[in-house]
Amino acid sequence: MKEQNYMKLEFPSRSVNEGFSRAAVAAFAAQLDMTLTEMGDLKTAVSEAVTNCAVHAYPDSIGPVWVRVRILDADTVEVQVKDRGRGIQDVARAREPMFTTGGEERSGMGFTIMESFTDSLKVRSRPGQGTTVTMRKRVGKRVTGR
Amino acid sequence: MKLTTTNTAGKLTVSVAGELDHHEAGELAKKIEEQLEANLPRDCVLDLGELKFMDSSGIAVILRIYRRMNALGGRLYVENVPSQPMRVLDASGIDRIVNIAAKA
Ligand SMILES: Nc1ncnc2c1ncn2[C@@H]1O[C@H](COP(=O)(O)OP(=O)(O)OP(=O)(O)O)[C@@H](O)[C@H]1O
Ligand SMILES: [Mg+2]
Repeated sequence: MKEQNYMKLEFPSRSVNEGFSRAAVAAFAAQLDMTLTEMGDLKTAVSEAVTNCAVHAYPDSIGPVWVRVRILDADTVEVQVKDRGRGIQDVARAREPMFTTGGEERSGMGFTIMESFTDSLKVRSRPGQGTTVTMRKRVGKRVTGR
Repeated sequence: MKLTTTNTAGKLTVSVAGELDHHEAGELAKKIEEQLEANLPRDCVLDLGELKFMDSSGIAVILRIYRRMNALGGRLYVENVPSQPMRVLDASGIDRIVNIAAKA
């Protein structure tokens, strides 16, 4: 797929940046013709990925989070969220609905939401090295009644 | 986030406005639990009509209130849910345990 445009953000994993980052991604992606529902889905997926950095990647500290957004072809947005935190032991298990290491405060639905709100979700992680989550979503008015 | 509560005849209505994410969730859950302890309602209505955004952090908050109401022997109703939060709740399957009604 051909890259048409991109932007990059870097910020510390403070929770106050969750709202900022999803709004920034949405504002950049708005150059594509998107429905309100698609915009909401994109924001939600970004919020899940960035929140995981704040909660899980750097549980007892603040660390850097990188977000890269690319516009591919005429109708696809790709969001990559990267941290250099704790990493995930078993990615397949982490992606299962309701799996959480976060206790009462989490529901274990983040990856499930990212997956159902985008067209593809790739998770690469090395314990002790960090995690990279890449999501792609094709947008625009299609006759699928969504 | 803005929180408004009204208590009438054993029914506590909690209205939440703004964006419910991890940044806001802890404080919000604490405030609602304080209201539940103070009022010990039979029914709790969580009115999400003015909620502008919600992610999975909101699911955990709702489940926490649900469990608290269960312990009190009462019921929780989540009402007026706008479309973005509704999609998150739908994806989570939480509607199988909690009463949820979409915004008209
Ligand atoms: N960036 C990350 N770094 C380290 N571990 C992660 C990261 N993202 C996810 N995980 C691990 O994967 C698990 C599942 O993540 P997921 O987002 O699906 O659920 P959750 O964050 O636990 O709960 P929720 O997203 O519903 O609040 C987490 O509990 C955590 O153990
Ligand atoms: Mg999560």
